[in-house]
Amino acid sequence: MDAQTFQPIAPRPAPGKTEGLLPWMRSNLFGNWPTSLGTVVLGALLLWLVPQMLSWTLLRAVWVPQVEACRMDGVGACWGVVAEKYRLIIFGRYPFDEQWRPLVATVLMVSILMASCARAFWKPWLALLWLAVLGAFFTIMFGGVLGLSRIETDRWGGLPLTILLASLSIAMAFPVALLVALGRRSSMPAIRSVCTVYVELIRGVPLISVLFMASFMFPLFMPQGFTIDVLIRVLVGITLFAAAYMAEVIRGGLQAIPKGQVEAAATLGLSYWQTQRKIVLPQALAMVVPGIMNGFISTFKDTSLVTIVSLYELTGSMGLALNSDAEWRPFKIEGYLFIASLYFLFCFSMSRYSHWVEKQVNKSKLR
Amino acid sequence: MSQPIVTFDKVNKWYGNDFHVLRDIDLSVAKGERIVICGPSGSGKSTLIRCINRLEEHQQGRLIVDGVELSDDVKAIDQVRKEVGMVFQQFNLFPHLTVLENLTLSPMWVGKTPKKEAEEKAMEQLQRVRIAEQASKYPLQLSGGQQQRVAIARALCLKPKIMLFDEPTSALDPEMIKEVLDVIIELANQGITMICVTHEMGFAKAVADRVIFMDQGQIVEQNNPNDFFNNPQNERSRDFLSKILGH
Repeated sequence: MDAQTFQPIAPRPAPGKTEGLLPWMRSNLFGNWPTSLGTVVLGALLLWLVPQMLSWTLLRAVWVPQVEACRMDGVGACWGVVAEKYRLIIFGRYPFDEQWRPLVATVLMVSILMASCARAFWKPWLALLWLAVLGAFFTIMFGGVLGLSRIETDRWGGLPLTILLASLSIAMAFPVALLVALGRRSSMPAIRSVCTVYVELIRGVPLISVLFMASFMFPLFMPQGFTIDVLIRVLVGITLFAAAYMAEVIRGGLQAIPKGQVEAAATLGLSYWQTQRKIVLPQALAMVVPGIMNGFISTFKDTSLVTIVSLYELTGSMGLALNSDAEWRPFKIEGYLFIASLYFLFCFSMSRYSHWVEKQVNKSKLR
Repeated sequence: MSQPIVTFDKVNKWYGNDFHVLRDIDLSVAKGERIVICGPSGSGKSTLIRCINRLEEHQQGRLIVDGVELSDDVKAIDQVRKEVGMVFQQFNLFPHLTVLENLTLSPMWVGKTPKKEAEEKAMEQLQRVRIAEQASKYPLQLSGGQQQRVAIARALCLKPKIMLFDEPTSALDPEMIKEVLDVIIELANQGITMICVTHEMGFAKAVADRVIFMDQGQIVEQNNPNDFFNNPQNERSRDFLSKILGH
C-alpha cells in the first residue's frame, strides 16, 4: 500500500449569516415552497381565528356578575359566572361560612407539595412535616375539635378535594408501584404471579369500574355496622389503579439496566435491597422520569372521575354550581374554561418540574 | 505445599438441561499463585471463574474458597464475596456515581466504614492505579482504559485475598491495553492470588505461575507458561496456540 501523505483540506467560504430575524424567517418559514405554503396557510388561519378569540374572551367579555349583562346580544364570554360562583366551584358543597377552612387546608397542602419539589427540603424531617400537614389538613377540614364544627367528608369538594385525592394517591401509588415492579422481576414465583395478576387485573378494567367497586360493592362484603369512609375507599381505588400503570413504567426502566450492574454489586457484597436502592433503581427511575410524570399527570386529571360516586371535586363541583342555578346554567362554557385553566396550571407545573428532574438525574451522562 | 485457597473437586455445571459447560473440573490454587486461563470462546473459562464468587452456581462437586464451601447458604456466599474481588470485561462501573462514589459504595454500605475513612482509602487505591485526579468525574467521562483501572481500584477497596479478572482487556482499544495490564502486573508482583481469563499471551508469560488451557468445559492442559507456550502437550492446545500466535 502507498504511504499517503497528509493533505490539508482547502479552506471553504464562511457560512452565511444565520442569526437575526430575517435569516431566521428565511430558513424556518420560507425555506422551500412547501414550507412557504404552510406558513401562508397557517398564517391566514391564525389571522382569522385569533382576533375572534381575543374579541370573545377579552374585548366583548362581561366581567360583572350580572345575568342581564351576559344575556345581551353581541356580548362575548360571560366571566361574570366565575365572579358569581367561584366559591361554589372551588369549594363545592362545603358550608359557605366555613370555607376559610378548606382555603387554609389547601394553602398548607400546596405549600408542602411545592416544598417537596425542592432539593433543599429532601431531608428526613420532610416526612414528619408531611404527617403534620396531613394531620392539620384533616383536622381543619373534618373539624369536631378545637371548636370547629364537624363537616363530614361527603360535603368536601372542589379544588381541595382534587388536590387531596391527587397528591395522596400519587404519593401512595409510587411506593406500591416500585414494589410491584420489583416483584414482577422477582425470582420467587409466588411473588411474581401475585404482582402479574394484580397488574393485569387492574389494567383490564376502567377506572370508573374500580371506583364503583370501591364505593358501592366493597361495603357489601364488609360485616354489618363496619364502614370505611367513602373518601378513603376511593383514595385506595385510585391508588391501586395508578400504581398498576406506574409499575409497568418502572419495570420498563428496570429491564434496561444491564445484568453486569447487578453482578458488579453482588461481587462488592451488596445485598438485594442495597443493590436495588443504590444501583438499580436510581438508574432505572432516571430513565423513566417522563413516563412516571405522565402517570402523575393523568392521575391528577383522573380524580375528576370521582364525581360518579358522588364526591364533588373540582369538575364535579363546577357542574353542581351551575346546574343548580337555572339563570347561570347557560354559561357553562366559561365555567369549564375557568376550571380548565386551573387544571392546566397544575399539570403544566408538573410537566416543567419533570423537565427539571430529568436534567438533574442526567448529570452523570454529560461529558 | 500450603493449604490451597481455591479448590475445585469434580465440579460440574450445566446451562439448562443439555449444555454441559463445566465437566469434572479439578483444580487447586495455592495462596499467592497467579493463574492465567485461556482457551477458545465457549470453552467455559468465564463460567469457571464466575463460580468462584457464585455469580454462577455449580450443580455437582465441591468448590471451596478460603476454607468456605460454596452452596445455597447465603452466609457462605457473602463471606466468600468479601474475600474475592472481580474485574469484568465490560468494566461494570456504576454510571450514576462518580469514580470516588463507585469506590466508597461497598466499604460504606457493606463494611460500615465512615465516609471520610472510606474516601481516604479509596484515594489510596486510585493512586495505586494512577487515576486519582479523575476521582470526581463520572465513569462515562473516562476512556475505556481509565474505566477499567477504576474498576480494578474498586475491587481492591475490599482488600480481597483473591482477584478474578474476566477478560479485562478484551473490550479495550489496543492503545489502552498496556495501561491496564501494567496495573495488573504491578498487583501480581504484590503477592495477591490472581486468576485471570485472558488472551494476552505476553501478559501470561510475564506474570503467570501456571497457564490453564480449557476446551469444551474441560481443563485440557496446565503447565508453567514457558513449557505451555513452547511445548504444548495436547493437540487441542497446539491447535489453539497456532491460531492465536499464527500471525
